[in-house]
Amino acid sequence: MAIQKMTAAQVASRVIRKSNLFILDVRNEDTFQDWKIEGEAFQYLNIPYFDLLDGVDDILDLLPKDTDILVVCAKEGSSVMVAEMLSEQGLDVFYLKGGMKAWSEYLRPVKVGSLKNGGALYQFVRLGKGCLSYLIESDGEAMIVDPARMTEPYESFAKDKGIMIKYAVDTHLHADHISGGRMLAEKTGSTYYLPPKDADEITFAYTPLDDGRTITVGGTSISVESIHSPGHTSGSTTLLIDQTYLLTGDILFVESIGRPDLAGKAEDWVGDLRNTLYHSYRDLPGNLTVLPAHFSKVSELGDQGEVKAVLGDLFEKNEGLHLDEAEFRKAVTENLPPQPNAYQEIRKTNMGKLSPDQEAQQEMEIGPNRCAIQD
Amino acid sequence: MKSDQLLDAKGLACPMPIVRTKKAMDALESEQVLEVHATDKGAKSDLTAWAKAGGHTLLEMNEDNGVFVFFIQKK
Repeated sequence: MAIQKMTAAQVASRVIRKSNLFILDVRNEDTFQDWKIEGEAFQYLNIPYFDLLDGVDDILDLLPKDTDILVVCAKEGSSVMVAEMLSEQGLDVFYLKGGMKAWSEYLRPVKVGSLKNGGALYQFVRLGKGCLSYLIESDGEAMIVDPARMTEPYESFAKDKGIMIKYAVDTHLHADHISGGRMLAEKTGSTYYLPPKDADEITFAYTPLDDGRTITVGGTSISVESIHSPGHTSGSTTLLIDQTYLLTGDILFVESIGRPDLAGKAEDWVGDLRNTLYHSYRDLPGNLTVLPAHFSKVSELGDQGEVKAVLGDLFEKNEGLHLDEAEFRKAVTENLPPQPNAYQEIRKTNMGKLSPDQEAQQEMEIGPNRCAIQD
Repeated sequence: MKSDQLLDAKGLACPMPIVRTKKAMDALESEQVLEVHATDKGAKSDLTAWAKAGGHTLLEMNEDNGVFVFFIQKK
């Protein structure tokens, strides 16, 4: 029996289709408990590869006969070793190409909708980390919002469509992932926008994304209005695109709300966060489509893998929008999940104060985003 | 720290540092100490977990210029 590779893209398709897959994760137990490939119909077995060096006989009975088996490790090497051992026992198994590093870096573009004067809005779903970024295109121009560290997917997408990336925008200074905004600006000559209140310590040139600023993408065309919406960070800014799409950054998610503690003390920003969610957002039209910068659970993914919600529906269903002041304060300051991996170093890298090499950057981004108040 | 044997696993990628460590350990007597040098970042958590699972004692671990040095005493 031969072993076969499965790519991150193929795994992503199974997540979105809710198909089944048996994941034999051979990383060590702590790492697996902390972060794994999530799929609603997936089954899991975690046995570290170093417990299998003498053979796989002990686990053969634990493996299914009628479900595809995917062996997963951090980078690939150990999963190939274990897959080969299983293959020698007569099993057909897959290994994950590039391991969890590749899973963390995979971005899947999905079209969210069209714009009034032509053009479209795409969401780039980073399934492994739960990060969402956006490409808005109109009349040959594109804007990228909250770009991931890996800029190649946006660049090749734009090239295929024959459009120019003109603007890169971060809705706030990120703590969970390294922004690709600066890199995109350098590679494509695009303008990099960042809210000035998050940019006190930035060491490189950027254009301030001031409250009320309008950016026009394409000649004819759509406008992007920025709305200062502090709470996750003091500069956090919401973008209203084409009077239809509300890019809420890390302030409002589909099933949760943003946490105020990653850039300082939670207590300092509780009031700002409440004001944004309970007043500023309340004043917006309820029919806007909310597009956040993260998701936490695969159950939030739509049929195509997209993550979106209607603002009015969130005011009915999202528990984070139904708390009195005391409950709210408690929810956003107490019992928060662990912080994102290496979040202090990630913030410093996004300020330009640290310049880790690529391998170190990959390492820093391991794990889920953890930007919401609930995991 | 004194060791009975040195294993140079520098430059090897996962899973080889542990595969080699296990082989070297199998050849040692009980209570002898194996010194392992590795550069793979994953070796840090994996060797620690492996030693614990096998009942061996990780006497010391340090990092010197990108090289992880482990002293493991056999069960």
